[in-house]
Amino acid sequence: MTKEEDVQNELVKKFDFLKDKVKIQRSRRIFADVAAQDLRSVLDHMIKNMGFSFLCTITGLDEGSVFGVVYHLSTKDGMILNLKIRIPKDKPTLETITEYFPSAEAYERELMDLFGMQVEGLPKGSRYPLPDDWPAGEFPLRKGWKSKTSKQEGGI
Amino acid sequence: MHKFTVPIGPQHPALKEPESFNVLLSGERIMKFSARLGYNHRGIEKACEERTYIQNVYLTERVCGICSHAHSSCFVQAVEEIAGLEIPRRANYIRTLVGELERIHSHLLWLGVAGHEVGFDTLLMYAWRDREIVMDILAKLTGNRVNYGINTIGGVRRDINTDQIKDVSKAVKKLKERTEYYVRVAKEEVTLIKRLSGVGVLLPKDVLKLGAVGPTARASGIERDTRKDDPYGAYGELDFRVITDDHNDVYGRTLVRLGELLESYKMISQILENIPEGPITVKAPRKIPAGEAVSRYEAPRGENVHYVKSNGTDKPERVKIRAPTLANIQTVAKMLEDRNLADLPIVIAAIDPCFSCTDRLTLVKDVGHGKGRKMRWEDLHSHSIQWYKARGIDFSDLNKKMEKLLK
Repeated sequence: MTKEEDVQNELVKKFDFLKDKVKIQRSRRIFADVAAQDLRSVLDHMIKNMGFSFLCTITGLDEGSVFGVVYHLSTKDGMILNLKIRIPKDKPTLETITEYFPSAEAYERELMDLFGMQVEGLPKGSRYPLPDDWPAGEFPLRKGWKSKTSKQEGGI
Repeated sequence: MHKFTVPIGPQHPALKEPESFNVLLSGERIMKFSARLGYNHRGIEKACEERTYIQNVYLTERVCGICSHAHSSCFVQAVEEIAGLEIPRRANYIRTLVGELERIHSHLLWLGVAGHEVGFDTLLMYAWRDREIVMDILAKLTGNRVNYGINTIGGVRRDINTDQIKDVSKAVKKLKERTEYYVRVAKEEVTLIKRLSGVGVLLPKDVLKLGAVGPTARASGIERDTRKDDPYGAYGELDFRVITDDHNDVYGRTLVRLGELLESYKMISQILENIPEGPITVKAPRKIPAGEAVSRYEAPRGENVHYVKSNGTDKPERVKIRAPTLANIQTVAKMLEDRNLADLPIVIAAIDPCFSCTDRLTLVKDVGHGKGRKMRWEDLHSHSIQWYKARGIDFSDLNKKMEKLLK
């Protein structure tokens, strides 16, 4: 059995709800869909018992009526587990994972600034990456948001 | 002792890029360090969604001026994975060759900067003089010193010939000689050793907790290198070592980068010797079928991560870029805890930060103007008058008086 199949079996064995939801895309790449409320228990298990001790990054996705959030975790030997949750766009809140990975703070702030998601439990700190005087309610990575060239910021 | 905060940046003579640091000091000791990034945010991820895959190869290459090849390679790898393209072996070798040459120029650049930050400017002059050798080689192979434009989806855009192979191996021989000299300097020059040892300490457990990557992680004994762990390009076929060090400080980071230079020369010799014959591209479709892929690349500063999602059109649905500095900058606060303010420049420099990559995206404020356009001198003149008028400053009375006087 390959290492990827080991991870897949472990996920399905431990968590009933992941049956048919774990996909091995190629060597070292595993994708899994998780319900938002189950994310923490899956994360906890994979970090503590399966060696997924690095967080590569967190990706936000605008999928119409929902937001997708993909947590890219990695092991020491280069395997990546992509855990994807979906949250409703009209109530886009999710919990921070900074107690597992302090480095998640920057990626979660990106989700807040660029998608307008609400990340609960983040420590106080400056926003990232948009400027402090960025207009409220403008979230550039939402699909409906279009960029416009401006005389003000772009010279002429 | 009275505590006070020193703001450094976003514009500061000692900074090479805009970023803002707040340092809480008690005397000379750093009590707290915080960074505010985002001043280089250029909207690249959003821009990728509005452009075709081929345009995005050139756009991602401009995420960073130093590790440009790292970003375009990482992007094309993801797209090729989604499209199911197997690129020719020769193309993989050429990509890897340019990637290692890029690492050499980046590490030599860093060596110079590090020398400068500790007041050893002779090292800066030497390292940057030698760096010109590899810059010339990159220009000969690709036509450019930076932003090589060698990648395309399905392979590379330029082949290399036997004359070029000879040039590269001659240059590598010279660079190897010079690097061995720098290794000697790093191991024997007492001033340098004393200045860098015990500065910017980062313990292995903190590397794991804070998620540091690249030479910053490897100098704390963490053997983590995408070229070995998750091989791409020709790395699976090359014989090389992952250089680690257990000094856990800036001195260790110097030794790791110098060691990596020597490994790069070794890899380049193997590439030049074993480069397979054959085509350099396969035909890539204009529209990429729906799918997603995560691609990784060991850039000179550490691991790059690109996530690409496609939707069946000629433009991607989403491109997410994580550059190594965003992973490393979070370790700087730890490294500076209870250290002297004078250590700040070299500690920040030692992660080899690149805020341009990290920020990627400054979005233009939406104030409802049209697209950018060319302006003639008269247009520019009237634009400036209007600009001031809109802010309540009107020169027209003054102009009339002047005209009267002149008559």
